[in-house]
Amino acid sequence: MKMNDRIEKKIELKAPVSRVWRALTDYREFGQWFRVKLDGPFVPGQVSRGHITYPGYEHVKWEAVVQSMEPERLFSFTWHPYSVDPKIDYSKETPTLVEFRLEKTTSGTLLLLSESGFDKIPSDRRLEAFRRNDGGWTEQMKNIENHVAKTS
Amino acid sequence: MSRKRHSSTAEKRNTRAPVFAALGDETRLSLVARLCAGQPYSIAELTEGHKLTRQAITKHLRVLERAGIVHSIRRGRESRFEFVPEPIEAIKEYLDLVSEQWDQTLIRLKSFVEG
Repeated sequence: MKMNDRIEKKIELKAPVSRVWRALTDYREFGQWFRVKLDGPFVPGQVSRGHITYPGYEHVKWEAVVQSMEPERLFSFTWHPYSVDPKIDYSKETPTLVEFRLEKTTSGTLLLLSESGFDKIPSDRRLEAFRRNDGGWTEQMKNIENHVAKTS
Repeated sequence: MSRKRHSSTAEKRNTRAPVFAALGDETRLSLVARLCAGQPYSIAELTEGHKLTRQAITKHLRVLERAGIVHSIRRGRESRFEFVPEPIEAIKEYLDLVSEQWDQTLIRLKSFVEG
């Protein structure tokens, strides 16, 4: 039996590292595929603020603290995942760390994503928060997929 | 998102909060692995296969108990420990969902940069 308190993903992207880097770290581009309207550029050590743009979820604020920006290698931030309930003060909980790592490959870019630190969050809050928002997020994801396909 | 629902969430948080933290230890994981088959075990039985002392095993079992992962039943003079599946199922379900969200987010990123 093995318990993981982190999520790890790997995806091959047929685009140069520089292109992927821009999509990740240009706050407007990031907003397009993540579906969030950010107030300003990402700056290491600073809070990034904005809000979700999907209809019905505009009350959901986006807030993250940018940790690392090593050009074309590593972009990371900490945040409180799925903090959708205005009645809960999420700032008291330890945030999770999201890391995007990029590696050059022959066909483009290998993106490694990890989210860690779930052991610091009360488990029931995580589950409830997620359940509440699940429908909205899933629908939102589809929306962005369509949008991205069109704008490319 | 009603207030009622929120307070019930808060109650549950008190009783079974740091599940991940409780599982972040090899000894406790091995105890869970043994107990999750369903049969309750006494501390003596659980100590048998271990290099650790009875006291150390008891301490680990209490950590698991506080996280709601096991509970103890008193039988005469001895305590037996039984596995409670819900907390682990809940965090597994949560991680599966977060994981699925990332899959979708990364697919969107893929279309975005490859388009």
